[in-house]
Order: sequence, then C-alpha cells, then structure tokens
Amino acid sequence: MSVINKKGVLSLATLLAAGAVRADLGLNFPLPASTTAQEIYDIHMLTMRIATVLLAIVLSIIIYSVTHHRKDKGYPADQTFHETWFGNWSWVIVPAIVLGVDLTIAGSAHKTLERVWDVPKDEKLMDVKVVGHQWWWEFDYLDQGITVESRFTPKDKAGDTYLREVDNHLVLPVGRKIRLLHTSADVNHAFWVPELGVKKDAIPGYVTATWVELTREGTFRGQCAHLCGTWHSRMPIVVDAVSQDKFDAWVKTQNEVKLAAAAEAASDKTWSKEDLLEKGQGLFNTKCAACHQITGLGLPPAFPALKGSKVATGPVANHLHTVLNGRPGTAMQSWSMLNDLEIAAIVTYERNAWGNDTGDVVQPADVKAAR
Amino acid sequence: MSTATIAHGHDHEHHGPPTGINRWLMSTNHKDIGTMYLIFALIMLFLGGASAMLIRAELFMPGIQLLQPDLYNNLVTNHALIMIFGAVMPASAGLANWMIPLMIGAPDMALPRMNNLSFWILPAAATMLTLSFVVPFFPGGGSQINTGWTLYPPLSLQVGMSMDFLIFAIHLLGISSVLASINIIVTIFNMRAPGMKLFDMPIFVWAWLVTAFLLILVVPVLAGGVTMLLFDRHFGTSFFNAAGGGDPVLFQHLFWFFGHPEVYILLMPSFGVLASIVPTFSRKPLFGYKSLVGAMMALATIGMVVWAHHQYTIGMSLGAVSYFMIGTIIISIPVGLMVFNYIATMWRGAMTFETPMLFAIAILMMFSFGGLTGVMLAVVPADMQYHDSMFVVAHFHYVLLPGAVFGLFAGVFYWLPKWTGHMYDEKLAKIFFWTNVISFNLTFFPQHFLGLAGMPRRVIDYNIMFTEFNMVSSIAAFVFGLSHLLLLYIVIKTIRGGQPAEARAWEGAQGLEWELPSPPPFHSWTVAPQMT
Repeated sequence: MSVINKKGVLSLATLLAAGAVRADLGLNFPLPASTTAQEIYDIHMLTMRIATVLLAIVLSIIIYSVTHHRKDKGYPADQTFHETWFGNWSWVIVPAIVLGVDLTIAGSAHKTLERVWDVPKDEKLMDVKVVGHQWWWEFDYLDQGITVESRFTPKDKAGDTYLREVDNHLVLPVGRKIRLLHTSADVNHAFWVPELGVKKDAIPGYVTATWVELTREGTFRGQCAHLCGTWHSRMPIVVDAVSQDKFDAWVKTQNEVKLAAAAEAASDKTWSKEDLLEKGQGLFNTKCAACHQITGLGLPPAFPALKGSKVATGPVANHLHTVLNGRPGTAMQSWSMLNDLEIAAIVTYERNAWGNDTGDVVQPADVKAAR
Repeated sequence: MSTATIAHGHDHEHHGPPTGINRWLMSTNHKDIGTMYLIFALIMLFLGGASAMLIRAELFMPGIQLLQPDLYNNLVTNHALIMIFGAVMPASAGLANWMIPLMIGAPDMALPRMNNLSFWILPAAATMLTLSFVVPFFPGGGSQINTGWTLYPPLSLQVGMSMDFLIFAIHLLGISSVLASINIIVTIFNMRAPGMKLFDMPIFVWAWLVTAFLLILVVPVLAGGVTMLLFDRHFGTSFFNAAGGGDPVLFQHLFWFFGHPEVYILLMPSFGVLASIVPTFSRKPLFGYKSLVGAMMALATIGMVVWAHHQYTIGMSLGAVSYFMIGTIIISIPVGLMVFNYIATMWRGAMTFETPMLFAIAILMMFSFGGLTGVMLAVVPADMQYHDSMFVVAHFHYVLLPGAVFGLFAGVFYWLPKWTGHMYDEKLAKIFFWTNVISFNLTFFPQHFLGLAGMPRRVIDYNIMFTEFNMVSSIAAFVFGLSHLLLLYIVIKTIRGGQPAEARAWEGAQGLEWELPSPPPFHSWTVAPQMT
C-alpha cells in the first residue's frame, strides 16, 4: 500500500509542478477526444494552476508564521498590528485582490462557456437522442432511423473492462458535429463520457441538448453520473468514435438487421415452444434480469420475484397487461416498444422458467390482440 | 458536572438543579441543554461514522462484497443526513447554548422552556430518521431509501414508506432548528450585559446570529419541498411528476435553495469558534473584527442566491449558468477575507500550540484547499467533468470536515476546561489531532484523482482502474473513523477528573466566559458584568 501511496504523492508533486500529467494511474482527465473536452481540459488546467499558486502562497504564509511567531522562540506579540494602516485597510485590499483573481477565472471561463454551451444554431447537426432507463441506455439515431440498446456486460464476459463495457456501443463519426438530446424514461440519469467532455442530466419530461465534435478515433468509456437507484453502477456508456466511412457501413448493417427482425416478427408463423423459450431466455436476461434477476427471484420488496408469482402463473391476459402497460408507481415500466414476437417470447419464458410450469405458449398474435 | 459549584443563595430550591432524570428531561438551563445537545451530537457522530465506514469497506475493492446495492445507497443517504442534521447542527447548537449566555453576560437563554422543547424534539426526530433506514428490514417495510440525501424525484417517488418516515424526520428537525434559532436571536438582541453593544460581542456570537437568520430563512423552504414530495407520493398531486404536468427540476431548486445556505449554516459557527481560539493562542487581539462581521453577512447574503451551481447539468440557459458561475466565484471574496483575518491574527503573535490551536491552523490550511477546489467547481465548463464525480465528494469533505467538524472539535477542546472544571489530557489530545488530520487527508485527497479519472460518486462497484486510490482511501478512512474513539475517551476522562482548570483556563484567553469560575455556577451571570 505504501508504494501506491508514495506514487500518489510523487505524482501529485509532478502534477503541481508541471501542471499536466497523464499517468497510467489516472490522476487527471483522460486525453480529450472532442473539441469540447479540449476546451474543458484547458480551462480546468488554468483554474487548477491559479488555485495551486494561491494555495502555495497561503500555506507559505501560515508556515512562516507558525515557524517564526512562536512564544518558545521569544517572539513578542505585536499588540497593535490590527491598528496599523494595513489593519485598517486590509478589508478593502484583500477583497480587491481576490476580486481580480475571480474576474480572471470568470472571464476565461465565460469565454469557454460561450464556445461550448449552446448547440451551434445555423448548421445541420447529426441528431442522437439519448434516453436513460433504469438501468440501460437507449440511443436513437434520429437521422438514420436506428435504435441501439446498450446494457452493461457481465463480469465473466467483460473482464478488465467490467462496468466500463456494454453489449452495444454508441457508434459516432469523427469530424462531424453531433447533437445529443437527453431525456429519461423513468428517473434522473446523467450521460457522462470524460473523453467527450459532455455531462448532461437525463430528466423525465425534459429534453436537454448538448453537442460534440469528435477529434480522434477510439473507444471511450463513461458511466451514468446521476444516482438512479439500485443498479446505478451498472450503466456504462461506451462510445466508438469511427471514420465517416466506417460509420456509414455500420449504419447499413444496422438497417439490414432491423429489417430482418421486423420481417420475422411480422410473419404469421406460429412459433414452437422451444423457439420461443430460447428467444425468451435471451431477451429476459438482457432486458428484465437487471430487476427480476436471472434466477427469477427478483430483489424484493422493490423488485418482486417472478418465480411462483401471481402474475407469471395466473391468467395470461393479466401477465400481458402488466408487461405492456407497466405498473404505475413502481419501477416496472411499460414494455410496449418491444415487438409482438419479443413480448410473446419473454412472457412464454417467464411462464415456464424457474418451475413456473404453466405450459402456456404465448404467440405473437396473442400479444397483438392484447395491445 | 456543575453540582459541585451550585450558587449557594438564599433560595436553594430555585437555584440548584433538580436531581435525577428530571434535571435533564425538564431542564430549562442553557448549560444542561447545551450538554445534552453535545452528547446527542456525539452519539450521532458515531452512527454516521459507522455508516461511512461501511461505505468505505464496500469500496475497498472492486466487486460487491458486503452490501446489497440498495443498502449501499441507503447508507450513502443516512450518512449524509445523520452527519448534517444529527451531528454537526446539534453540536453547534450545543456550543451556542453553552457559550452565548456566558459570552454576552446573560443568566440563561431568553426563552428557556422553548430551549427545552427545541432539544427534546431532536431525540424524536432522530428516532424517525433512524426508523426510515430500518423499516425496510421488517416485513412489509417497503424498499430502501436509495436516493442520496438530495431526495430527488422521480426516484424518491418510487421509494417505499421509509421515505415518509424521512420526510417527517426532516419536518421535526426543521422545527427544532427554527425554534433554536429564534431563541438565539432573541437572546442576543435582549440579553446582552448592560453596555454591551452589538459590535462588542465576540465573533462566535455574531456567527450564530447570522446563522440563526439563515436557518429561519431557508429551513421552511426545505420543509415546503418535502411536503410537496409527500403530497405527490400520497395525495395525487403532481408537483414533481412530469407525466402530470409537474416539474422534477423544481424540487432540485427548492432543495438547493435550502441546501446551499445549509453549507454556511454548518460552517459559520465553527468559523466563529476560530475567532476565539486564534487570538488566545497568538496572544494578540483579533485582526479585522468588523471585516469578519461584514464578511459573514456578505457570505450569508450571496450564499442565498447561488444555489443552482449544484445543478449545472440540468440544462439551464447560458445566461442562467453564467450568473450562477460568477455569483459562486464571488463567494471567494468573503471567505478569503475570513481566512485572511485569521492568518493576520496569527501573524506577529506569540504562538503556542495547544490542541485547539493545532486544529485552528490545520483548518485554515485544509479549508483553503477545499475552498479553492470549490472555485474550480464553480467554473461551469469544467464542472461538466467534475459534476457528480468523486472529485465533488473530495471537495465537500475538505470543506465540511475542516470547516465545520474540526472547528467543533477545536471548540470542544478549547472550552472543555470551562465546562468541566478540568484540563483535558493534552498529550492524548495531540495524538488524536495528528491521527485525525493525517488520516483525514489520506482518506479524501486520493478521491480527487478518482473523480478526475472518471469515477462517478454513489456507485457501489467500480472498474479495476480505480482500485489503488480506493484502497488508500478506505484504509485511511478506517484509521480516521476509529480515531474518534480516542476523542470519546479524552472527553470522558476530562469529565471524570483531571488537573483543575482556573477561571481563565488559557493564558491569553479574552472574553466574559473566562471571568466566571470553571465550571460556571448553575445560573451563569446572576449579576450582569460591568462593561467598561
């Protein structure tokens, strides 16, 4: 431990002396990957340098006084110091100096703010809607018509990137201004990727806008920054910054996948129980297990168990109603944005897994009728 | 404590304390009530400290080892609420009760029965507060409070009945604070010794006067905010529910309109304590008396209009964030002036370094650091990175521990001889000081790095890239937490005995409280002191 500690203290000394350190240990902001992040990095370094100099001055004065003005060194207390001209006027001098420093910081900060705060108005930006959910992110590419659902990757798959890795990344092109529109489906969340320099709350009922222009390719990792309940720690955000060509190719693939899925869901085919169970298990484990757990035992009382529950073993209509409309006043949201096949698979799985042996098979047509 | 020195007047019945439990339950005596406030605060300090140590134990390593996620969030919430409302505010109210009448030459507080009420609400409030964290563990108790102390909706609308317990606990705590504040203001305005003008009062009394006004102004706003939350939860209103036409951000504004001045409510009494300690151990008069009074008034005034710097990320307009940024940076002027005046009081003094003074010097150094990271946080574009990260956690612990808690420790050591009639064990107290301050720095300094590197606050689990600093922080946090057992031991030891304290326990001490014997008689100033 002491080794790490020494490293920390040493690096701090370097940090104070040199200003900019990007050590492996993560002492400062990661290397910026957007114009905004660079602006933020610069203003951060400026204020930190000013703060360091001020702190050094204050500490030096205190240390000088503590070492010299001591009774055991026979220093006679100056009983009239507060009545000197300095004592009479310091209440003007000190605020004037502090105000000068304040205005220096505020002036630079305001200039930076004007460059990064408002979304550029007179140009066409690529729009991505970022919707926070308990506990996953939804990225809607409004111009491309693609939706990406992004959920944390479990430890056995993610390895060293655990809690900084997701199943589907947010893919964004480099060199293009992108507008991010933030909102939430349930409680407050916050989108934060340090390399992008963007942090914005996702608030239900609000749409707030930020913008970024990526300056280099790479994979950048961030997390939800606003406490959003039980699994706040499991809402990573991973951005793949790619060239425009690669981005276009990615959009094409996504559209093909989307069309294939839609075609499958729309077909009037009657599905076998085995197929539905297999699909249902996969969907349940990504979409439902955060609350109800892979074991179906939930985390009562906030997240009830499905194993042996009244909903999952009772009438099918009631089960479908709960999934399609949610339960107001609880964390159970409506899942009506899923297609009929997906809901049919999930409900079939829930009614047959973990010893819920109802034997029911729910077909997409049943879901359609229940909507 | 004071039984040994009861004023042996003609009417013994009315001048001695009642005996047994009634002495405490029915007390209208400012010193006994002050003692109860301090004991209450000490108990809550250990409760809040225990939850902090559980948090740090969980964060010692990546992975979820000890706690369920909602229990972790529950602890994050109760640590903050217990420390703020249970430990720091009652402790500074305890100092106010003990010291204000002694310092202004009054026999007692102006409204002694209300004084009794404002204290005895506290145990009830603390019970409600504790229950709010405990009911979820009983069958049918609903889900745990997982919102953090800020209680933001819509998350706080999802929580079970424990949130209702918490809302009522906040109401009770608020009533207690407002009653205590009214009492303090009335006492200061009406009970000063004849001839003592406002500008003759010790700075500690001034600090509490300003704090009491702040409390009366902002506590009702919090009470209103949480009442609206209660109505949203149970009576079908939609103040904060977007689906019903309400506004979740409104709660944030109401909360921080209280929450930001609350920071100064916590800080100011402790800064007032420093104005007694620093001149005593520097053996020269306080530097800049009037500018300290002015700085505190300016701090309270500006502090009330900069609340939204806690919410830079909610999507305010450029104009709004510019205003809140500049307003917040300007706070450095009164705060800088206060720190400057204390350093100038030390300057050219004949200093000795008893424990209260050691704390005072450490406070000036560490609080300056915390204040400067505060200026960094005020800068809106940079805050887009710092916000809700561990950097913020490090910042406000550097402000609130030195600025509020260590100031209270300093005050306790400084006045303990006056209260008990015994000197405390200086050697043990110095061991406590050094362990406490060093482990505090090792706990919170590394958290700055964690935040800058990208670790959000209030997470139960983290990526392995954050392991090293979290380990340092957790180990130091355990030393820090346990060091307070030594404080408890020193206080108990001093109450039980020790070298007798003189009336003027410290060589350079000035002020009316040192004119009375240690400990003071049951009715402090039965004959008003003569002001010259």
